[in-house]
Amino acid sequence: MDELLRILTKLHPDVDFTGRADLIDAGVLDSFDIISLVAEVDSVFDVRIPAEEIVPENFNSAVALYAMIQRLADE
Amino acid sequence: MLFTSYAFVAFVAVVAVLYYVLPKKAQWPLLLLASYVFYFIAGPSFLIYITATVVSTWYAGLRIGRIGAAHAADAEAGKATRSKEDRKAVKAKAKAKAKAKQRAWLVACLLFNFGILAVVKYSNFAIFNVNSLLAAFGSPDKLSFLTIALPMGISFYTFKTMSYLIDLYRGKFPAERNVFRLALFTSFFPQLVQGPISRFDDLSKSLFEEHRFDRRVVLSGLQRILWGFFKKLVIADRILAGVTTLIKNPDQYTGAFVLVGMLFYALQLYADFTGGIDITIGISEMLGIKVAENFNAPFLSRNITDYWRRWHITMGTWFRDYIFYPMSVAQPMLRLSRWCREKLGEGFGKRVTVYMATIVTWFATGIWHGSSWNFIAWGLANGFVIILSHECEPLYKRFHARFHWKGKPAYTAFEVVRTVLLMSSIRLFDCYRDVPLTFRMFGTMFTTFNYGRLFDGTLLKIGLSGADYAVLGVGLAVLIGSRVVKDRTGDFRERLAAGPAWVRTAATFALILAILVLGAYGIGYDAKQFIYNQF
Repeated sequence: MDELLRILTKLHPDVDFTGRADLIDAGVLDSFDIISLVAEVDSVFDVRIPAEEIVPENFNSAVALYAMIQRLADE
Repeated sequence: MLFTSYAFVAFVAVVAVLYYVLPKKAQWPLLLLASYVFYFIAGPSFLIYITATVVSTWYAGLRIGRIGAAHAADAEAGKATRSKEDRKAVKAKAKAKAKAKQRAWLVACLLFNFGILAVVKYSNFAIFNVNSLLAAFGSPDKLSFLTIALPMGISFYTFKTMSYLIDLYRGKFPAERNVFRLALFTSFFPQLVQGPISRFDDLSKSLFEEHRFDRRVVLSGLQRILWGFFKKLVIADRILAGVTTLIKNPDQYTGAFVLVGMLFYALQLYADFTGGIDITIGISEMLGIKVAENFNAPFLSRNITDYWRRWHITMGTWFRDYIFYPMSVAQPMLRLSRWCREKLGEGFGKRVTVYMATIVTWFATGIWHGSSWNFIAWGLANGFVIILSHECEPLYKRFHARFHWKGKPAYTAFEVVRTVLLMSSIRLFDCYRDVPLTFRMFGTMFTTFNYGRLFDGTLLKIGLSGADYAVLGVGLAVLIGSRVVKDRTGDFRERLAAGPAWVRTAATFALILAILVLGAYGIGYDAKQFIYNQF
């Protein structure tokens, strides 16, 4: 989780990612950020996020994002 | 049968009455019949195209569903017979095999349907370009243009059905077994002409469930329809004469008149397209069917990205979900990104794939709008501005760190005006429909200083009289006023529905009266085509 928070903070240093659950709904992460995030997750966690997983429910919070990464890693 | 024709109003009235009079089980079959009648009136031969799309998508969907079900059954059976370690590897292998089979059906169906779209919509554009190349090389040979009529709404219904198939392939929902239900999803007449491009899981529930007559719901839908007619007939069709004069005479109307034409066209397109969508959503609402919203005050956007989140939302999300994201996160693109990061630097590696996907997505968005270079230029210009604004973000951040203007009303107003001017400028490609001419006319805004002529009476000789400007002023004031009321007090129609019956009735009649009195009719009135019908 710490590694993920580091990646997120690198994208937006001014955002507190631990307490937010509206990253997509509030427009904090745009589509460019999401693609950067997918590339980072691919290289750091060795987990491939397919296009169908790019939905607000998976990207609205760091917790949801981490849960998705774990689920995909288990598959 | 145009939305603003008397025939269409009568058609909707008959369908609505039958919808609530007939047994509830007959509601969706009635809508299917009505949709096919509507499409038949538009062009009997068009039925062949839409039926081919429905049947091919339905069959491919069934096959994809069956492969998925067979794979799930195998995986279940394997659970009892294999060890835990084996199970994971076997499961992954079987899943990959099933996915490959499903992908074959998906790709075949996508090729078939986008192939139809390509042939009917883009053949002549391809022939035009081949002929231009032949002429450039001095060849006297020329290919003949095809005489194929473009089926009404083909871009919209193809995108709708292909989203159904891709979502099904992605496991979002099971396959629709009833071909007639898929036929209604594809051909639902209120959204056949200009969208919104609904998703199957979003529309299907309310489309197929039974609805009982609810006076408030029907009246609310009727009010939304009237609001759409108001925008279309009072604003869009009235300003049309002025837009046409300014755009069709580029030698006569340069400089300041390009700016006026550009802003007039922005208003016309907004009123025309959102008005059409209001009519679509209103008819659906009358029938108890929930259709996705397509706009969210786009002219209050503060930058281009924000604008594309608010304008033609269902089209934007379609390109995002089915082109931009899949292309950006495809393995070869991620590998390219990684390679570029290692060899050419972190910043370049991060940008390269996203920008490539942006350009491809906007190229596709442009050509979706029309088979000509001006639409491609329009799409690429949008992509270019999005990339440019992304590149300028560090500059903006430094600017805002130094000047604390962000969020202040005056600066927000500046951002809104800037976005309106920027988006309207890009739309000049759509106005003049000729790329070199568009650049030339855009340039005259800065080189021909004839802004004084805006006040010498010329604007009263472009097909718009003083009375027309007065009506447009009223229309614009109502448009802006309705938004202000919505922002301050919530949805106006919801408040109206909660209020006394006489207020609801009075408001409805006031809207009807405004359309009848202020609408652009007159001698020889002919219902004007909606701009987005042609896409």
